[in-house]
Amino acid sequence: MFVLGHLDLRVPNSTDQLAVSVVDLVKRYPKSPVNAVDGASFGVSPGEVFGLLGPNGAGKTTTVGVLTTRVRPTGGQAMVAGMDVTVDPVGVRRLLAVVPQRSNLDRSISIRNNLIFHAAYHGVAAAERGRRADELLEQFGLLERRDTKPDFFSGGQAQRIMIARALMHAPRVLFLDEPTTGLDPAARLFVWERLRELRDAGVTLLLTTHDMDEAAELADRVAIMDRGKLLAIDTPPALIRSLEGRQTLELAARPLNGRPPDDAIDLLGAMPQVEKVERISEPGAADLHIRLYLAGEAPKLVAPAASVLDGVGYLLTDVKLGTPTLEDVFIQLTGRMLR
Amino acid sequence: MSEAAAAFESRATPLRAFLAILRRDVYVTANELPAFLAQVIMQPLFLLLVFGKILGSLGYTKPGYAQLLFPGLLSLTVVITSMQALAFPLVAEFGWTMEIEDRLLAPLPTALVAAEKVVFASLRAFVATALMLPIGILVLGSIPWVWSNTPLFLLMLVLGALLGSGIGLVMGTYVTPQRLNIMFSLVFTPLLFTGSSQYPWPSLSGLPWFQVITALNPMTYVSEGLRAALVPDVPHIDPLVCIAILLAALVVLFTLGVRGFYRRAIN
Repeated sequence: MFVLGHLDLRVPNSTDQLAVSVVDLVKRYPKSPVNAVDGASFGVSPGEVFGLLGPNGAGKTTTVGVLTTRVRPTGGQAMVAGMDVTVDPVGVRRLLAVVPQRSNLDRSISIRNNLIFHAAYHGVAAAERGRRADELLEQFGLLERRDTKPDFFSGGQAQRIMIARALMHAPRVLFLDEPTTGLDPAARLFVWERLRELRDAGVTLLLTTHDMDEAAELADRVAIMDRGKLLAIDTPPALIRSLEGRQTLELAARPLNGRPPDDAIDLLGAMPQVEKVERISEPGAADLHIRLYLAGEAPKLVAPAASVLDGVGYLLTDVKLGTPTLEDVFIQLTGRMLR
Repeated sequence: MSEAAAAFESRATPLRAFLAILRRDVYVTANELPAFLAQVIMQPLFLLLVFGKILGSLGYTKPGYAQLLFPGLLSLTVVITSMQALAFPLVAEFGWTMEIEDRLLAPLPTALVAAEKVVFASLRAFVATALMLPIGILVLGSIPWVWSNTPLFLLMLVLGALLGSGIGLVMGTYVTPQRLNIMFSLVFTPLLFTGSSQYPWPSLSGLPWFQVITALNPMTYVSEGLRAALVPDVPHIDPLVCIAILLAALVVLFTLGVRGFYRRAIN
C-alpha cells in the first residue's frame, strides 16, 4: 500500500477505491494574488491515517475545506469515497465527519445533546442516539459531565467532545484540523490515544498539523505541504531516510568575556561538511545556541567546532548529536523552518 | 464499524436532517421559554398599553384608535420577531460561535439549512403573534375580528413572517458582527416607525413625503393587509396590492439572502 524508499508524488490510478482522492486541486480565494492550494494531488486508502504537514498558511485547512464541502475548488478534482465533492456534496457529507481547529460546539445545549442532535442530523435512529452518546462520552472520559453545556469545558475537553460528536454517525472518513494545537501535553496524549484506537478500528483519518511529532506519531503517510503545493508524500521513516547520512549537531556556548563578535556563525558555517547553520537562540542573546546540518558524521565535527568557538571567545557548554526528523525533511525541502 | 455505518447511512435523508435541525431549534427555544416570551411580548405589550389604552383613557387619541392600532401591532410583532429570530443567531453562528458548521456538514443541501432558519423564525413569529391576541383582549377589553376574513389574516401573517425572516436573512449574512448593533438601529427603528403599524397608510395623504417613505417599507403592506382583514371599515390599501408587493419584496429579499447565505457557508 505504501511506497517506501523514495518520494512518490503520483496519485494511484484507480481512484474509486480510495477513501480520499485529490487531483490537481487548485483554490484561489477572491481578491488573493496567490493560490491557497496550488495543484495538489494525493490519495488516501481506506483505513489509512494520512497527515498533511506544513506551516500555517500552507493550504492544509483549505484542502480539508474542499474535501469537506465547505470550500469551492477553483480547479481540479476532490473525491471522498469515490464521490466528487462538488457534484454530490450531500452524499459526501453522509460519509465524513470533521473535527475543526476551533470549537464549534452548540453552546445552547448540553454536550450529550450535542452528540445526540448531531446523530439526528445524520439520520441515526432515535433509540440508537442516546446509547451511542453515552458510550462515546464514557470512552472520552466525559460521561459524568454529560449534562453540562460546552462553555464549561477546557479546550482539550472541547476537542474530545468534538471527536466524540464526529463519531456519532460512524463516519467513513474523519477529518481533523490541527487536532491537538493548543492542548496541554496530557490532553494531547489522550487525543493521540483515541485517534490510534480509531485507526485500529479501521476509520480513515486525514489530519492536518504543523507539528512534526504529531505527524510522525500518528500518520501512516505524511504529505509535506508548503505554499499550496505538496512537496513530498511518503511514510515518515521513508521521508526521514531520504536524508540518510545527514546528521545534525546542536551546540550551546557562552561568551567568555564581554560580548563576542557575531561572526561565530559564519565561521562555523564555513567548516567542511556543514551544509546549513540554524540559529536557535534569539539574535542578540549573549548565549549562543545553534544547529548545524551536516553532510557527514556529527561526532567528527565536535572538536573542530569547539576550537572555532574558542577562537572567537566562546566557551562550548553543551553538545547534542541529532538524527534527522520530519522537521529536517521540511527544512531540506523548503529551506525554511516549520514554525 | 462499516456495517454500523451502512445502517446509519441508509437512514440519512435531507428531510430527516431538516426536521432534526428544526427540532434542535424548537428544543432550545422551549428551554429558554421565559427569555423568548420576554423578548417577543414586551415591546408590543407596552405599545398596546400606552398607545391603545393609556393615551385613549387620557383623551389624547380618538376613540377607536386602539382598534386600528391592534392590527398594526400584530404586523409589527410578526415582522420584527421573525427578523430578530433569524438575524441575531445567524450573525453569531457565522461570526464567532461557528455553531452552524455542524448543520452545514449535515447531509442536506445548504439551501435547506437556510430554509430551516426561515421556517423556525416564522414559527417563533406565529407564536408571538398568537400570544398578542389574548394580550389584546386583556389590555383593550376586545380586539377587532372578522371571521370571514380569517384566510386573509392568516395569509398576511405568513407573508409578514416571511418578510421579517427575509430581512433577517439578508442582515444576518451581509452584516459583520462588529456592525450588527449599528445596522440594527439603522434598520430596526425605521422599520418600526415607517411600517404603518401605528397609523393607516391612506390617512397620511396630508403628509405626502412621509407617505412615500412608508410606501417604501414593505412592512406597510403587512400592516395594511392585516387592517383589511381585521378592520375592513378603516380605509386601507387593497389587499391584492399588498400581496403583490409583498411577493415581489420576498423574491428580492430571498434571492439576496440565499446568495448571502451561500457566500458565508461555502468559501
